[in-house]
Amino acid sequence: MASQDIALMAHLMRRAGFGATREELETRAAAGYEATVEELLNPESQPAIDRYELVRYHPWTWRPGTIQGMGSAEWLYFMTNTKRPLEEKMALFWHQVFATGVSKVDHYDEITRMVALFREKGMGNYKELLLDIARNPAMIYWLDNFENHADAVNENWGRELLELFSMGVGTYTEVDVREASRAFTGWTFEPKLPRGPIGRHDWNFAYLPEDHDDGEKTFLGETGNFNGDDIINIICDHPATATFIARHLYNFFVADEAQVPAWQVIPPKDEAAIELLADAFIDSGSDLKAVLRVLFNSDFFKNARYARLKSPAEVVVGTLRLVGGFDFPAPGLGEMARQPTYMGQDLLNPPSVEGWHTGVEWINSGSLMRRINFTADMVSDVTRPGIRSMIDRMQAQGDLTPDTMVDSCLDLMGPLEVDGETRTELITHAAGGGNLTWGTNADVDASEQRISEMLQLIVSLRDYQYA
Amino acid sequence: MTATKKDPVLVVLQLTGGNDYMNTVIPHADPLYREKRPVVGVADDRIIKLNDRIGLHPEVGPLKRFWDSGDMAIIHGVGYANSPRSHFRSMDIWHTCEPDKLGTEGWLGRATRDMDPNKDNVITAVNFGPSLPRALALPGVPVACVDDLDNFGMLTSIQEEMQRDKIIDRFTRLYSPTIGSGFVMDYLGQTGLDGLKAADILKVAPEQYSSTIEYPDTPIARKLKGISQVHQANLGTRVFYTDHGSFDSHSNQIGMHDGLWRDVSAAVGSFFDDLRENDSSDDVILLMFSEFGRRVHDNGSGTDHGAAGLVFVMGDRVQGGEYGEFPSTRPEDLEQGDLVPGTDFRGVYSSILENWMGLDANSIVGGAFEKPAFV
Repeated sequence: MASQDIALMAHLMRRAGFGATREELETRAAAGYEATVEELLNPESQPAIDRYELVRYHPWTWRPGTIQGMGSAEWLYFMTNTKRPLEEKMALFWHQVFATGVSKVDHYDEITRMVALFREKGMGNYKELLLDIARNPAMIYWLDNFENHADAVNENWGRELLELFSMGVGTYTEVDVREASRAFTGWTFEPKLPRGPIGRHDWNFAYLPEDHDDGEKTFLGETGNFNGDDIINIICDHPATATFIARHLYNFFVADEAQVPAWQVIPPKDEAAIELLADAFIDSGSDLKAVLRVLFNSDFFKNARYARLKSPAEVVVGTLRLVGGFDFPAPGLGEMARQPTYMGQDLLNPPSVEGWHTGVEWINSGSLMRRINFTADMVSDVTRPGIRSMIDRMQAQGDLTPDTMVDSCLDLMGPLEVDGETRTELITHAAGGGNLTWGTNADVDASEQRISEMLQLIVSLRDYQYA
Repeated sequence: MTATKKDPVLVVLQLTGGNDYMNTVIPHADPLYREKRPVVGVADDRIIKLNDRIGLHPEVGPLKRFWDSGDMAIIHGVGYANSPRSHFRSMDIWHTCEPDKLGTEGWLGRATRDMDPNKDNVITAVNFGPSLPRALALPGVPVACVDDLDNFGMLTSIQEEMQRDKIIDRFTRLYSPTIGSGFVMDYLGQTGLDGLKAADILKVAPEQYSSTIEYPDTPIARKLKGISQVHQANLGTRVFYTDHGSFDSHSNQIGMHDGLWRDVSAAVGSFFDDLRENDSSDDVILLMFSEFGRRVHDNGSGTDHGAAGLVFVMGDRVQGGEYGEFPSTRPEDLEQGDLVPGTDFRGVYSSILENWMGLDANSIVGGAFEKPAFV
């Protein structure tokens, strides 16, 4: 297998998924790049996660309701074990865009239902997804559309729909915000009974015609007795939406961009790439699968190796998939699900409707420590199947000099690219113990310990923070 | 370590989400308050009156003792022209002092640089919370970002001490600057090294701390307690930052706003009690701000995004009282239904920077602004 094929496949799987073991990369590289992209784009060809098996061992992951901190365990289990990695990655993408949090909604079941919607329609048609989001009870509660009445307009949903979910600041006026909000009056959910002793009731979308402002509205230059779906149609046909979604996808899958509020003043890193993706969005009638196909097969994607910093979810899930042993719903799942929170990404509970600040803003002294401590702890466990397999591969190569040991470790951890000085430092460290040998049981134990230590150093590298 | 003269310290508590100015400091004598706030208006007999014009929300009431003792400044109508009414843009403006163009450098990052230009102390600025606010962001300026003071340490998975020392030594070399590696790599390197040093310094804070004050068990109280622990350890921290929220009360404002201020008031009360008990309060001022106030007319359940907001500054050395005037609520004086700011937020910052921290404010906030004399 050409090492370049493995490196490219590793790149695809880090971005379109959460990384993969060397065994998986070899299988996929043998199948080919484009074939792998197609498989990822068509997740129904692979089995879905058996949610019932998880519930058998972790009953509290089933409808955690209003129990603080319990909501993301199921999702973490899905991300770690899915055979449909792009499906989960797109759910994470949309969760970042349509950022909705339990801090206010106080109802994990409904936010989890929103994630299930992302899973189901995240690679479908954007217009359909946006309409479903507008009717999603968690979103209606999160952005107060249930308090948006014909005689008392509440602008929260109308504003964020334009500012954060479709077009971006600077492409509409305050009047458009008002008129869009009027069009969504009467879009609510029921029942709205208060939280009871065993959690909240299930919420369902409800449209109340008597609470809808049916008067004439002028929105983005068009006039009519618009209802919410008319607004969504106008938005989705607007070129600003194609560009906005293209830029979101670029930021998430290709390379770190400026933060969303800066997009009106800071041009994209790669204008041609955004244009290509926006064209695909328009030409396909907002079909997300078509846009993603263009993205993953493009040169700008293939050349963007290690051009973005991993999100905490990517750090945690990527590490768990690499070291392995988390496929059985074993104890400790709750603690694993809290790890991204410690690093600054509390899943199902974004800091605000703007979602998380990404890229370099993930990193501060505290969050960097958490990343390093978690990954070092995970890779230090030589009983994990993923680490075991790396050791076996190295043992199969026979005795290793310090530089071949370092190169093998870097290769199996990525392949991870580091500069010459970093490699030299690692080799100097490895040289302190001489060659890796496997002659006696004591040699094997010592070699395993040294590999474990080298892997801990590698995951501590700055380079390892990139995806 | 006892300093003969204590350096002034600033604690910032950011009220994220747009705190409703008009329902925090209430213009109770204004007939328009009742008229415009049929739903979220606070009943007159529940308002904690400060004088014949303004009063505190009942859940802010516990802070009245600071007003009574002259340790609380209320700064009215703070903001800037042409509020975008977007949380994110507005918060960026407050953080960077750049209302017209997009800024990335924070005002407290610049203040930290000016106080410690040679980066002698990596914990001159400490943030309590999982992510670094832009107010503190400035390339090259270290900020310790502490989520949990008890779990702040690097590569804690390696237990054996000699081996750990070796690894940490290697880590330090690997994180050292290399030429031409780019901004993000440099930032990661510096952050890693600063974090390593900060962890070493900060570990003494919880060990040395002792106090009889029991804080409430709330997130904001835990953060303020952490700040108190680090401050009392005399480690040279000059800027502390933390936040609480979300104050975005578009709907069901009554219960929501009550709960938020109940937690904030109790935590701030415990914080000052703790500092005072331990003779550590006279070098501290606390700034509380939010990215904007909310619309004058309620929407039948809550209030939408507005413009002018409220700033509290508290502390033993603060000149208590009102600064500026409550903006006019008359319909013809409003801008898109919102209160018009009468005090520029950069003036508030300037008072703190010059009169309290002893720094040159102009270069930090980008110009000269009228400075309310609360300190």
